[in-house]
Amino acid sequence: MPPSFPQYVTEKITGPLPDPPGLNCLKQGLGPKHPVVFVPGIVTGGLELWEGHQCADGLFRKRLWGGIFGELYKRPSCWLQHMSLDNITGLDPPGIRVRPVSGLVAADYFAPGYFVWAVLIANFARVGYEEKNMYMAAYDWRLSFQNTQVRDQALSRLKSNIELMVEINGGEKAVIVPHSMGVLYFLHFMKWVEAPAPMGGGGGPDWCAKHIKAVMNIGGPLLGAPKALAGLFSAEAKDIAFARGLAPGVLDSDVFNIQTLQHLMRMSRTWDSTMSMIPKGGETIWGGLDWSPEEGYFPNNTRKNKTSVSSQNESNSEARNTNYGRFISFGRDAAELHSSQIKRIDFRDAEKGKNSANSTCREVWTEYHDMGSGGIKAIAEYKTYTANDLVDLLEFVAPKMMKRGNTHFSHGLADDLDDPKYAHYKYWSNPLETKLPNAPEMEIYSMYGVGIPTERAYVYKLTPATECYIPFQIDNTAGDTDPSVCLKDGVYTVDGDETVPTLSAGFMCAKGWRGKTRFNPSGIKTYVREYAHNPPSNLLEGRGTESGAHVDILGNFQLIEDIIRVAAGEQLGGDKVSTDIFKWAEKINLKL
Amino acid sequence: MATPIKPSTHFLTQTPPPPPPLSGHCLRHPPHVTHLLCRQYSEEENNPNTIRIQNQLKKKKTKKTRNKKLWWILLFLYNAMPASFPQFVTEAISGPVPDPPGVKCLKQGLKAKHPVVFVPGIVTGGLELWEGHHCMDGLFRKRLWGGTFGEVYKRPSCWVQHMSLDNKTGMDPPGIRVRPVNGLVAADYFAPGYFVWAVLIANLARVGYEEKNMYMAAYDWRLSFQNTEVRDQTLSRIKSNIELMVATNGGKKAVIIPHSMGVIYFLHFMKWVEAPAPMGGGGGPDWCAKHIKAVMNIGGPFLGVPKAVAGLFSAEAKDIASVRALAPGVLDSDLFQIQTLQHIMRMSRTWDSTMSMIPKGGDTIWGGLDWSPEEGYSPSKSKHGKNHSESSTLNESTGEVTHANYGRIISFGRDVADAPSSEIERIEFRGAVKGKNVANNTCRAVWTEYHDMGFGGIKAVAEYKVYTAGDIVDLLEFVAPKMMERGSAHFSYGIADNLDDPKYTHYKYWSNPLETKLPNAPDMEIYSMYGVGIPTERAYVYKLTPAAECYIPFQIDTSAKDKNEDGCLKDGVYTVEGDETVPALSAGYMCAKGWRGKTRFNPSGIKTYVREYDHNPPSNFLEGRGTQSGAHVDIMGNFQLIEDVIKVAAGATGEELGGDQVYTDIFEWSEKINLKL
Repeated sequence: MPPSFPQYVTEKITGPLPDPPGLNCLKQGLGPKHPVVFVPGIVTGGLELWEGHQCADGLFRKRLWGGIFGELYKRPSCWLQHMSLDNITGLDPPGIRVRPVSGLVAADYFAPGYFVWAVLIANFARVGYEEKNMYMAAYDWRLSFQNTQVRDQALSRLKSNIELMVEINGGEKAVIVPHSMGVLYFLHFMKWVEAPAPMGGGGGPDWCAKHIKAVMNIGGPLLGAPKALAGLFSAEAKDIAFARGLAPGVLDSDVFNIQTLQHLMRMSRTWDSTMSMIPKGGETIWGGLDWSPEEGYFPNNTRKNKTSVSSQNESNSEARNTNYGRFISFGRDAAELHSSQIKRIDFRDAEKGKNSANSTCREVWTEYHDMGSGGIKAIAEYKTYTANDLVDLLEFVAPKMMKRGNTHFSHGLADDLDDPKYAHYKYWSNPLETKLPNAPEMEIYSMYGVGIPTERAYVYKLTPATECYIPFQIDNTAGDTDPSVCLKDGVYTVDGDETVPTLSAGFMCAKGWRGKTRFNPSGIKTYVREYAHNPPSNLLEGRGTESGAHVDILGNFQLIEDIIRVAAGEQLGGDKVSTDIFKWAEKINLKL
Repeated sequence: MATPIKPSTHFLTQTPPPPPPLSGHCLRHPPHVTHLLCRQYSEEENNPNTIRIQNQLKKKKTKKTRNKKLWWILLFLYNAMPASFPQFVTEAISGPVPDPPGVKCLKQGLKAKHPVVFVPGIVTGGLELWEGHHCMDGLFRKRLWGGTFGEVYKRPSCWVQHMSLDNKTGMDPPGIRVRPVNGLVAADYFAPGYFVWAVLIANLARVGYEEKNMYMAAYDWRLSFQNTEVRDQTLSRIKSNIELMVATNGGKKAVIIPHSMGVIYFLHFMKWVEAPAPMGGGGGPDWCAKHIKAVMNIGGPFLGVPKAVAGLFSAEAKDIASVRALAPGVLDSDLFQIQTLQHIMRMSRTWDSTMSMIPKGGDTIWGGLDWSPEEGYSPSKSKHGKNHSESSTLNESTGEVTHANYGRIISFGRDVADAPSSEIERIEFRGAVKGKNVANNTCRAVWTEYHDMGFGGIKAVAEYKVYTAGDIVDLLEFVAPKMMERGSAHFSYGIADNLDDPKYTHYKYWSNPLETKLPNAPDMEIYSMYGVGIPTERAYVYKLTPAAECYIPFQIDTSAKDKNEDGCLKDGVYTVEGDETVPALSAGYMCAKGWRGKTRFNPSGIKTYVREYDHNPPSNFLEGRGTQSGAHVDIMGNFQLIEDVIKVAAGATGEELGGDQVYTDIFEWSEKINLKL
């Protein structure tokens, strides 16, 4: 995306912009009513150094993450060392303390000129908000959710700040605005705050009912994001947020010599939070070998054909079924043939074989070196992986990482939500394994962009030279000349906001939580609000005021106005949907 | 420190003093400042009498040099001390500096234990724009106060408009919202390279502190204390944050570190938090006992500062913080044409908080016409011989002690200041007819209340001749009735006869230690930590301004000075021992006597400690603002003080620190004050 352009430049050339939504709302007489809490997602929050090794001297309280990333270029290996967590505990390595920046500055701009929350903040200020009724719940997004509490007491701080704001605003309940991974984080929070101490916050069973008016999730990967999978499996996730933030500096240059990807993988694999976004719910949600909820979807079906890059030549051909359920397929054939024609050899108990890596590779720790050629072969021979196989696959290739992950996250589907095991915090961020709080007056919104092709499944191949390299890579030669199949560069895409597929962002509010269900026993009202992507018509519009892209949507005027209206105590008028989310949701056979 | 330095008046007064002998003025300052000062003097040798000419002189300088110079003056003026220099520069030239206190404490095995709360003082906290008029477009959430002060230069009158509060309510003017910056960044650095809390923060971080157990209680320091709650709910936020930190740190009580005006702000907080809602925070009568381990006041103007009087009376407060920070940009140029001082006065008079620092306790504390607690004090008699910088010891160890009447905070004319009280003929000003308004309409552009006063009033003020602390409030009410009307709704300056009088439950008494009881918290500790060894303004010789038209009618008579080299009167200002801003008496008295043991002001017998830090100026320019400074703000970088703070935060008690640490005669002076305890 191009960087933001100052508004006056834009205005000079394209004429005045429409009234910003804050001004618009002000003119309609809206003013601040409910306090507002922003919960940022992964990657977008700044991190700063509080204690470090010698190589980081002089950087006390300077941003290591966010801002200009200056240190990354100046001292790359030092930077990597400080950004990584301990790979056994998932907490600080000895002698290093990197902490989240707090306050609105934590995530207003990710880098100079690259807004995240700044547009929203500025518009809220227009109608009268300021720091006493607007709070940024910054947390260290590298940690597992429960560990943000263990190490920084971040959940306690969030609880205390919400209580304070509700109290000083005359008892008006808070409107929570989580974005991206923040959506899962806040799900976790809602369970934590009502759970008894010491595991929970001890707020009592009506804390949410008393303190929260609405949760307005923006682009929430409620059921996970396939991109996270590709990132964990082969560090390739071309534009999964975390690699993307780094990409310009790291991938384009040889600061880390040839081992860039391994270094990145080593670092990001120490971040427990990435595992929160592994697709949840297995085949029930994501589809099996021969079916998927979105099957039959092809881009020109969406009503915004002007938007997608691929739309020009994809409008007249027959629909062919894409097997979105096969998240990872080894080879094009494995992705397309009917399941009966694929011969799969189970990898789960395969002998991993001798370690193939020579010692020079050892300087970069990725668990592939412990796997050996036998293991690599076994994986390729299983041919195709559905959502049910994913966790096993990752446990096979990265057992240490998943061991940490499994103590903090769960990716299943609960049969019996009253099973006492679900009181454990590892289930709290999975909407399919928790009940919403008992807060019948609360509202939950799912707001997300649509109209951008979004990664959903991958075609993989073995890397030719496995020595010193990640043994799997996306087969980017796999493309489809048939425009009705959304396969490009080895990636199958569906509708979404470029990062999170519509299904993941919308399903819970469209069906899983709609009405009174076992996941939503008190019948909290849910709304689905889709924002069709409309790219900026020229470079000068910056990132656009009608964007539906995962991060840029935070500058979408329509979305901002909706949020301000809710914060001012107005009604929005129900769902606003342009995709087939309800149809897809119907295909999912989930006991409700 | 023995030298009563001449405060750096020439930037602020309209009549710069004649060039003094170099030794008397420049030596205390490190070389670069000296150079600057002296150059400044030489430029103004043929001294113009009005600021207009001064300005014209300055206009001749190229903009470039002016800007360059401005930067240095900003640093210099703000606290009359050189700017911080990065450590590596220092080390490269003068060898390694001693281990910072954080490292030292870490080596001794000290670790973060009690959560720590910083309460910044006036001026040092950043303010940012949340809503403004058109002239401020594009500055949303940019700092108006603190940082580079860029906007002062670019749009001066817009800036003054936005920094001012409403002069009736003391709150936001319509359409303008300027709000305090939050978080540690609010006051870690005041301007680039000019630390306030940054050194303390960095050292605490060394022993393991981070944001979960270290909190900056930022507030809008322009507002009256209670109004920070009314407008921003700041007191509620502080309460909630302390409660949170205590809860998340395993119940360890907090160590509070207020600085400067933050000290009396926190006094107010301690009363507020236990008082019942809606006026108070409803925390209950044991809130402080449950949540606070120690209050470590740094440079606290408990009983007020005389500088505040000069600031409010004639905007001259040579280095009262509020004006001082402005001075470089504003006074040095003709941004506001000739009315600079009036503009500043108008702005700072809308700030209720400045009235919190008017001297409290009247003649009982500050002395009357013919006595004062510090009488007999002479700089050369003070006990810090070991710390004398060479410059000051040279010519100031001989000479007889002059008996300065410190009790006379304002005197009209040198003679009046010195004469025995029986010889002074005073005509009561209270009730005097103020006479017709002298101001013509052009002056009206700047609102200072002097225009409402007229000749009669001005004359009446001058004819009362001499004002003691007991008269000061009346005087200010006479010259600035509207401002004081706001002020007296929020602050009180008296001494309580009966602390159980129900009227004392009103919030306006909460920041005056002489009209409140400390909370019932016998395990709590209160420290008074302040620098000593720097001459500090205590009383003034005034004169009438020759040209009263369009001008502030009173000014400090800078020609008044002692013949005697070591006298305490220089440039119209009598100085005593202190930290350059707060006299030792104001900072130390409550902990030395007023609260010591069980007194009526301290019914539960909270333990108090006086810790003085002797000023030792940096030996060379490269040491920056020094690691042994006792100056009001620079003391925040004093290694000894930082070490004391870390020790207490790590669990030590006052006894373990070594109890009192005193260099001045503060106990002796306290004995002279006849206050029922």
